[in-house]
Amino acid sequence: MTTAVSPPVQLGWFRRNQIKLAPWLFLAPGLIMFFIYVLAPIGQSIWISFFDWDGLGKATWIGLGNYVEMLDDTNFYISLKNNLLWLVLYMLSVPAGLGIALFLNQNVVGIRLYKSLFFFPFVISQVVVGLMFTWFYAPDFGLLSGLIQAITGSKVAILADDRYATYGIIAAGLWPQIAYVMILYLTGLNNINPEQIEAARMDHAKGFALFWHIILPQLRPATFIAVVVTVIGALRSFDLVSIMTHGGPYGSTRVLSYYMYEQALSEYGYRMGYGAAIAVVLFLIMMVFITFFITRMIAQERNG
Amino acid sequence: MFPTPVQKASPFIRISYQIMLPVALIVWLFPLIGVALTSVRPASDLAAGNYFGMPSYFAGFENYGAVFRDSLIGQFILNSFKITIPTVIGAVGLSCLSGFALANYQFKANLWIFFIFVAGNFVPAQILMVPVRDLTLRTGLYDSVYGLILFHTAFQAGFCTLFMRNFIKSLPFALIESARVEGVSEWKIFAYVVMPLMRPAIAALSVLIFTFVWNDYFWATVMVQGAHAMPVTAGLYSLNGQWVAAWHLVSAGSIVAALPPVAMFFLMQKHFIAGLTLGATKG
Repeated sequence: MTTAVSPPVQLGWFRRNQIKLAPWLFLAPGLIMFFIYVLAPIGQSIWISFFDWDGLGKATWIGLGNYVEMLDDTNFYISLKNNLLWLVLYMLSVPAGLGIALFLNQNVVGIRLYKSLFFFPFVISQVVVGLMFTWFYAPDFGLLSGLIQAITGSKVAILADDRYATYGIIAAGLWPQIAYVMILYLTGLNNINPEQIEAARMDHAKGFALFWHIILPQLRPATFIAVVVTVIGALRSFDLVSIMTHGGPYGSTRVLSYYMYEQALSEYGYRMGYGAAIAVVLFLIMMVFITFFITRMIAQERNG
Repeated sequence: MFPTPVQKASPFIRISYQIMLPVALIVWLFPLIGVALTSVRPASDLAAGNYFGMPSYFAGFENYGAVFRDSLIGQFILNSFKITIPTVIGAVGLSCLSGFALANYQFKANLWIFFIFVAGNFVPAQILMVPVRDLTLRTGLYDSVYGLILFHTAFQAGFCTLFMRNFIKSLPFALIESARVEGVSEWKIFAYVVMPLMRPAIAALSVLIFTFVWNDYFWATVMVQGAHAMPVTAGLYSLNGQWVAAWHLVSAGSIVAALPPVAMFFLMQKHFIAGLTLGATKG
């Protein structure tokens, strides 16, 4: 191609500044939407958490009132404790997902279909997962209850018993989460350099030693993402609690996200300010993790 | 390959692996299989206590017919499509633009804006709930599909931008540079040089966002009240309240609600998995 580079005299202001302006013009629609619906509401929620407000009438400034109330609120502590339980037990999906990925990482006829079918639970809505497990746990005819009765001889209504209900819900949540982690690891295993594995095998590395010293370090990016999505998934748990128990029995399965919703929007009254304050606490907990992830990502951006 | 391929192992291990695969699958999908079976089970079986044996006859047409005839599930499904499809178009469209901006230009705020999108994508929904609901009420979009479309579009734009930016970064930069030297305007570079190369990313992202938004339940309960705008997740939940203990109907309804994303996943499997892992390659 020959063609003339247009003589600079004819360039308008826009064309001259194009490179500087272009990124902002490309960013504007997305950034504006993101600002209105995500960034600004975070600030507004923090602001609202200092008020007593029913969502309709006039809001009254009460300073730290909502937070002071929270300090003496047993339900808040129950929710917080359950959130921690979710966080800890949800982590089981990382080794479990890795285990299934290792099991499925073979080249036999039909393995692709098997992999997709194992991934299935992740594609299904949590509402459906919640209904499935409610049915699975149902006393009298639920399969699991039947099994427990056969083994121990006593009936257990998992979701109606405050000793077991939270564990029952977490188990339901683990099902899709394990599927998600599995797919991350399957891709990770696919990306491992086969020559390194062969070289290690030449040196008689086998079984667990090979896995621990050669495979696992190479799976680190997959592990990082798996931990990130699992932490977020655990703290976001809302759907299953709402579907399976409504936070009951006696509020024993509430988590912060559900308790917040209950305070702000349900029949317990429209306490927007108190709800917002609970959300702020949840947000701060999440921020600890977000900051950690982002610092790691920044470090990688700088290196890469 | 790790673990050692079964082909290299003894025949005993090879055969046991082949047997274990379907067994493990059945155990893994047990709740799903149970629900699928229940959805074709006649009500009389449930009354007679036959919950887990084979259905005494195939009542699929009966049950699914009843679900569509006696409930608004058809309407709910339609609403879900009305919410999901515009959101996918909107969020993917926005993020093509913003991803291009962040991948392609060096400017001071670049990394900052990128990390704001990433971080925003991680925040819990509850911190947004009160203000977003309030905004939707004030703009008159409460209890309509539009309120949900706008919110989902904006929120998903965070993840989509992360995804698109990483994808565009992996494209050969020389291509863009040479077009620039030729004097092609920035918009035309985006539209004619970069966009055609983004097709796989657009496909992958569309399937993912479709699934995410279709399966949303929280925002549907916060922003919609009436059946006229309710998506199938929230709809199914309200039907569950009506169909107390009618597990054959609950099961059929669950299968109907789960079907579109599942079908999408199977049709676009390659893109779906590419999407999940591409969004996560950096990290």
